[in-house]
Amino acid sequence: MGQAHRPLPRSSTAPSPGRRTIAVAVIAATAAALFLALLVLPVLSLLIRSSPADLLRRLTNPLVVQALRLSVVTTCISTAAVVILGLPIVYMLALQEFPGKRLLEIVIDLPMVLPPTVAGVGLLLAFGRAGLAGRVLSALGITVPFTTLAVVFAQMFVAGPFLINTARAGIEEVDAKYLRAAATLRASPAYTFLRVILPLSYPALIAGAAMTWARALGEFGATITFAGNLPGVTQTMPLAVYIALESNLDVAVALSVILLLVSFGLLLALRSVPFTARK
Amino acid sequence: MPDARRRRKMACGAFLILSIGAALGAGRVAPQAAAAAGTTSLAVFAAASLTEAFTALGKGMEQRTPGLRVTFNFAGSQQLATQIALGAKADVFASADQRWMDSLRERELLAGTPRAFARNLLVVIVPRANPGHVNQLQDLSRRGVKLVMAAEAVPAGTYGRAVLAKLDRAPGFPATYDAQVLRNVVSEEDSVKGVVTKVQLAEADAGIVYRSDVTPAIAGKVNVIEIPSGYNVVATYPIALVKGTLNADAGGQFIALVLSRAGQRILQDHNFAPLNPP
Repeated sequence: MGQAHRPLPRSSTAPSPGRRTIAVAVIAATAAALFLALLVLPVLSLLIRSSPADLLRRLTNPLVVQALRLSVVTTCISTAAVVILGLPIVYMLALQEFPGKRLLEIVIDLPMVLPPTVAGVGLLLAFGRAGLAGRVLSALGITVPFTTLAVVFAQMFVAGPFLINTARAGIEEVDAKYLRAAATLRASPAYTFLRVILPLSYPALIAGAAMTWARALGEFGATITFAGNLPGVTQTMPLAVYIALESNLDVAVALSVILLLVSFGLLLALRSVPFTARK
Repeated sequence: MPDARRRRKMACGAFLILSIGAALGAGRVAPQAAAAAGTTSLAVFAAASLTEAFTALGKGMEQRTPGLRVTFNFAGSQQLATQIALGAKADVFASADQRWMDSLRERELLAGTPRAFARNLLVVIVPRANPGHVNQLQDLSRRGVKLVMAAEAVPAGTYGRAVLAKLDRAPGFPATYDAQVLRNVVSEEDSVKGVVTKVQLAEADAGIVYRSDVTPAIAGKVNVIEIPSGYNVVATYPIALVKGTLNADAGGQFIALVLSRAGQRILQDHNFAPLNPP
């Protein structure tokens, strides 16, 4: 490009347009390289630090096994609960207009921007023994804090918005002509939702559920605040990493690498799923 | 054209050097700013149980030394030792047990010999409303009592487990007391202050903490159950300068203050036991 636009002899101090473009490109490339280094170096360092053989050996450590099992079980439960309890909200937000819709959207989005520790304090004050809902629950003999249920609550709180927002976007992309057709054929709204809308938008639902699951897997702040830290009961993988870091760095690294590989695999799998169904 | 290319290369190189310099410099902004203002900033990493006493000591030192700012990092001793081992900039380290001080000494991360400066005893606290009906130590082994302790790596957790093991042999306690109580643990906190919080919120029925944790702010919200002295564990706190400190003078002064009669009185005002028992 420098050949085509050879600079005309002008004042010698003014940079030529070609040179300016190159300078901008150099600055942009440097900025990108610095940013990529920030993103990639921690991941690389984790991988370099542990050999696969080492990793396999750590996998049999009872603390690792317990944390891994607890993480898998709680994240699956919380993701399923979010899907079941969240779908009606997804339906309302995607297909209905009603007063207070904007407010509901903010309420749904709030956990995404709220610091998880704050979420944990809120959960404790709501579902703790002396809390608003906790008082009712404890009268029924149900205690939430320090139980595996508290872990699920914390995960649902912080990860729920991912499902709702992703699934909603997918449903909003469904062509309105199918809905009109369904309406002409006198399909009930529930039938339309289950037999027309969901089959057309299920990839978005899957993507939303996967992101919810991944966010739940990484949940730390709300869990340690609300559910406490007890191996086998409330100590999920991220908590185990945090606690192990203080006494056994190698175990902390092994746990981290496992989480890293799972996250990477999930993102890779999501790439291969088409985001929305073909219309 | 070669001339232009050279200039371009130079500009590019200059930009790289500047940006790397800026990135490296960002980490040092605070001390430079402090130096410009003519102040020294002393970073003290101290066990969470020292929060109130050391805050008071730090304020006193700042008042007497113009231009000195004492900043504290309070956390579980195990966490602080890890942070220092991973390169955190600390001037002084005060641990709640010998174990984590030793871990830094073994890695040759200390300047000078650690000195014991305080002692502490353990107590059991229960929420004022006493939802778990815990009135004596024996009640801790009753099934269903929700007990919160510090994790095993935390000094308060190590001491607490040692107390429970000792109580196995106490008259009026079952021989399996230790195991029964540990079954009731619902959360292992990463600092003793985490235990205090859970009891204060009445989410836990009881917690094992230091006597010094029952501060005036907490005293009204909890009941204290004493552990008989024959079965209690004396926590001894060591303090030392951290290797590589740029504030060895100020750090030494802080340690001297902690060991001085005035410093010891402040620690005792905060329910620490005297260093040399009478």
